[in-house]
Amino acid sequence: MGYVAVRGGSEAVARAEELVECLRLLGGSTPLQLPQIRDQLRHAVSRAMHEGALYAPLLAALAVKQAEGDSIEAAFLLRAYRTTLPRVMASLPVSGREMFCLRRISASFKDIPGGQMLGPATDYLIRLLQPALAHEDVRAVIAAAERYAALVEAGKPQPGAWGRFPKVTEYMRQEQMIVDVPAEPAREEPFDITREPLTFPCPRSARLQAMAQADTGSLMSLAYSSTRGYGDAHPTLVELRYGYLPVHVAHPLTGEPVTIGEIEATEAEIASKAHSVTNHAEPPRFNVGYGFAFGQSELKVMSMAILDSVLTQARIGSLAGESGPAANEEFVLLHTDGIEASGFVAHYKLPHYVTFAADLSVLDRARDHHAQRQSRLGQLVDQALTSDSR
Amino acid sequence: MSETSDQLYNFALLDEDAKREIRRKLLKAVAIPGHLVPFASRDLPIARGWGTGGLQITLSIITPDDTLKVIDQGDDESVNAVNLRRLITRTTGVATTTDTAAATIIQTRHRIPEEPMRADQILVLQVPMADPLRWVEPNLERATIMHSEADYGKMWVYMYESVVRAGDLRIASQYPVIVNRRYLMDTTPIPRWDVPKLHMADTLYLFGAGREKRIYAVPPYTVVEPLQFEDYPFRTEYRPGQRCARCGADNTFLTEHFVSDSNGGRWETTCSDAAYCAKRVAQMEATA
Repeated sequence: MGYVAVRGGSEAVARAEELVECLRLLGGSTPLQLPQIRDQLRHAVSRAMHEGALYAPLLAALAVKQAEGDSIEAAFLLRAYRTTLPRVMASLPVSGREMFCLRRISASFKDIPGGQMLGPATDYLIRLLQPALAHEDVRAVIAAAERYAALVEAGKPQPGAWGRFPKVTEYMRQEQMIVDVPAEPAREEPFDITREPLTFPCPRSARLQAMAQADTGSLMSLAYSSTRGYGDAHPTLVELRYGYLPVHVAHPLTGEPVTIGEIEATEAEIASKAHSVTNHAEPPRFNVGYGFAFGQSELKVMSMAILDSVLTQARIGSLAGESGPAANEEFVLLHTDGIEASGFVAHYKLPHYVTFAADLSVLDRARDHHAQRQSRLGQLVDQALTSDSR
Repeated sequence: MSETSDQLYNFALLDEDAKREIRRKLLKAVAIPGHLVPFASRDLPIARGWGTGGLQITLSIITPDDTLKVIDQGDDESVNAVNLRRLITRTTGVATTTDTAAATIIQTRHRIPEEPMRADQILVLQVPMADPLRWVEPNLERATIMHSEADYGKMWVYMYESVVRAGDLRIASQYPVIVNRRYLMDTTPIPRWDVPKLHMADTLYLFGAGREKRIYAVPPYTVVEPLQFEDYPFRTEYRPGQRCARCGADNTFLTEHFVSDSNGGRWETTCSDAAYCAKRVAQMEATA
């Protein structure tokens, strides 16, 4: 059963696009400049980048502008651009330990080696609208620059002791609290879901890649379901860090690592409750889930880490109680990609004249069948009644 | 509220109708110990899951004469405690304290203070999950029927399986209890160490779950029994010989944390009830 082409539609499609353009500008306000979006809509840009799976802040700002702030559409635009790019080479593995941190917190221990660093966070903000923001002008920019300079001056860290921190997981591994870094079958490069189809069971690198570009809301919803009752997640945040992470590649001639730049990123590690008796030969340890995304994307990486932990436990059979949809790897990975899900849900706007005509004929046949059965039933009832009354 | 700021907002933020509803639900909760009472949880300027249930109870019962203490994981200085205290004092102007004995209302997350609380004090607990049956029956409609019929068989099976699989009643915190020999109740993620403090206490315990929209209570002098088997009795985390590195207490709940020193630092265990620990240290210094 095929789809019918939209007929006489070229003109309509062109006019529809024009209308979208007009509506965006018709209000007469000053057109947004990309640096404004990049700097002042940081989270929209981050989200476009991690869900679009392309680290390109200015292009992401363009996508946000073009999509008029629609996060899925912005990610879609970036992803559609990414697919046209050649994959030059894979970067070398990088550890979150190398991150130049703007923020790092742990919910597992009150104090951690290197200390807790709250950094830029809105978590504790009392959510009151700030009317002053409505009338901000260039003086506010100058004032902010001065305040920032004063903050930097006041909080100057010890030379050599800032920016990079040991990881809380290192200590927990030393103390045998959490499982070792899982061994993956030796592959030259991690699984790339843009080059190989995702089939199940899939390697963990495929799972992590799929979730790294998944829709934040979808991951959040499933992670929440698992922690709320339709699952057995019981997460504890071992560490969340946000900052700049250097990217290295192997020099094509010498093979030496070369730093080619840095990316703004967020990383989370989550320990599951002591439920995880992973291997009967070994003493029980906590499981660890991992989350990573471009930009400052804390909800995304925490959701991802929770799901990674749940899926690992489901794989090794250490979940107890209700497992729920979040423990089903296929369910999670195949329904959380925002681009795929939004595309398919929206496709029901396409003409379905043929399929619907076919549905209608099935409905007609069902009605006929129902009517016949009713009339037969009616006859039988009539017969029964008349025989009774005799 | 101060004359100068926030005239936009009512005393204790919530409107009086919301407070009245919550107080009525609290009365019902006190009358049926351990029973989950639904309430129309209001939106607040802090995020769900960060203490909105406890906060709504505190805001509904607080009066200008109260003295408030807010703790998070036992600590008055924890960022979320600071934040909630800031919101409550900003909208009520009440006095605050870190001293358990001096407070009339204590709002807490994940701990019951070490110092025994009195009959004239109220402990408000923030609740993330509300229903211990969630572990075995996530569907609210079915769980409600199970509660009404005191049908806790599934929970006992869960406990039994945890003994068989992990050799322990492997519930670290949020240990389920039976209240007044009738209702199965979630103790919130307090450590096991705190669970016995609920039993036949002098104090009123109020529980608020904002996201789950439930209120429940343990009135004073109520029987609160942890779920346990004859051959697998309930045990707390207490380990003989372990003591606080700061105040030396051997009868408190301890947490592990990292202390920096000239040798790069070390891990040590100290009281999780930071104010109690500080009080003991001050007393020792005064007598020394």
